Amino acid sequence: MAYGGLSGISRGSLAVWRRNLDAFIKTYRVNFIPPFVEPVLYLLALGYGVGALIQDVDGIPYPVFIAPALVSISVMYSAFFECTYSSYVRMYYQKTFDAMIATPLSIEDVITGEILWGATRGTIYAALMIPVLFLFGVIDMPTSLLLIPFAFPAGFLFSAIGICFTAVTPGIDALNYPAFLFITPMFLFSGTFFPISILPQTLQYFAFGFLPLANIVNVNRAITMAEFSPMLLYNIVWVLLVALLFFIIGLNLMKRRLVN
Amino acid sequence: MGKGVPMEIITANNLEKYFGTLAAVDGISFSVKKGEIFGFLGPNGAGKTTAMKMIHCVSKRTRGELLVFGLDTDKEPRTIKQRLGVVPQENNPDPDFTSFQNLVIYARYFGIPRTEAEERAEELLDFMQLSEKRDAPIETLSGGMKRRLIIARALMNEPELLILDEPTIGLDPQARHLIWEKLRHLRSLGCTLVMTTHYLDEAERLCDRLVIMDTGKILVEGSPAELVRKYAGGEIVEAEASPEITACLKREGVGFEIFGDTIQVQADEPQMVAQILMEKCRGERITVRKATLEDVFLKLTGRTLRD
Repeated sequence: MAYGGLSGISRGSLAVWRRNLDAFIKTYRVNFIPPFVEPVLYLLALGYGVGALIQDVDGIPYPVFIAPALVSISVMYSAFFECTYSSYVRMYYQKTFDAMIATPLSIEDVITGEILWGATRGTIYAALMIPVLFLFGVIDMPTSLLLIPFAFPAGFLFSAIGICFTAVTPGIDALNYPAFLFITPMFLFSGTFFPISILPQTLQYFAFGFLPLANIVNVNRAITMAEFSPMLLYNIVWVLLVALLFFIIGLNLMKRRLVN
Repeated sequence: MGKGVPMEIITANNLEKYFGTLAAVDGISFSVKKGEIFGFLGPNGAGKTTAMKMIHCVSKRTRGELLVFGLDTDKEPRTIKQRLGVVPQENNPDPDFTSFQNLVIYARYFGIPRTEAEERAEELLDFMQLSEKRDAPIETLSGGMKRRLIIARALMNEPELLILDEPTIGLDPQARHLIWEKLRHLRSLGCTLVMTTHYLDEAERLCDRLVIMDTGKILVEGSPAELVRKYAGGEIVEAEASPEITACLKREGVGFEIFGDTIQVQADEPQMVAQILMEKCRGERITVRKATLEDVFLKLTGRTLRD
């Protein structure tokens, strides 16, 4: 397959995406709880609880500081978990992928559909959080609506990374490794609850060089505070390039796993 | 079907599939003609499922030639898959949806327009006698209903070729008979069917032609009746095995085989053999029955357990 497997993708991937959207809508009640409840809990406990002990971060009230991180984290979790545990269940337990590739769909269509859906789910969550955060008065409007379009590439990145792990995991339990050793540390050390600038210089470089969430939080914080800097261009290009990289890696790993 | 459409729906020449150094399919050649039911028989690990997977383009061959509808499976998988239906060994309905939704969503993977898909879904639910379960969640369906749903799903794109991997595995006799009736009906409509099965009575009833495979190779090919005639003879006389009887049969010059506690004599004149057994050998529990495909199968593939 030429172009790293990208040439195996057709419009059929949208049918896969649509199947996941249909399943999501069928169970919308339970799916819509996290984006409403999570920001409220985090804002109350950390923003206003822990925040009471902190004057401000570089002149920014603590709840305002963490608000964009909450959106970034929600995108990360929803996209990553969709394309790890949920995709694995569809692939291994439900044999949904097997059913799909018996139709004109290719493996590439199936995996692309899964990643597009993970990105969409992240975007839906980001969009649903905006009114909640707005009611708390911790994000700038209407600039913060930009969180929605940026959630898509961010979610795509985490979905693509998730698919790579799904493609190589020996079983569903082993998906706990990336969840705890990759996602959880990133959740804490990506400029989410304290600024990256207080880390030693080398760690700062490491964060912006290798941590997806650090780059995404930086962009989202600029959006919710309506303060833009040239650094954002680097963050956005980084997210797009790394998303493409993991997308291609994921396609090929999945092909290796599923075609024999 | 006009001219130019090949009468051979599937053509395989020296088809091979290796997993590492293991030959799962080891140089098989066969062809399937339009409108017939073609069977793959063989013990577990014979290579039947692997052969089927290559036919429906989800497994790549290692060597050899494989054409479906005259098209190369390596080069035109999408075109081929657009025209065939697959019933996998393991039921895999989409558990997040109802029966009806399963069919409509599956049709989307073929790019079938929605209204057409909905119409076909209703027709096929009716055809497979599932209309009552139209809106039922998948987990409430019995094994037989799930199997029928999977067959209905495989028919959504009106396939010219239907591939069934053990279509009636684990079903009760009622469900099996219903499925047989439907498969024969599909054949009468001009659909070509390729199936694997472990149920030799099923193969005998349904298949126009079949191959028996073992360790990746085709042992024999033919119609069930031909194969029985050629490899198992007309009738089988059975009696309870005992040293006295075996000694007696040897004395009388009658060839026989022993399987566990049963002695079998393959006979074209069963009355005579039965008489010898009863009168001269004082055999017990003597039965005479017609030779079946099962006799052919066991004769060719042996009685050793495979897994």
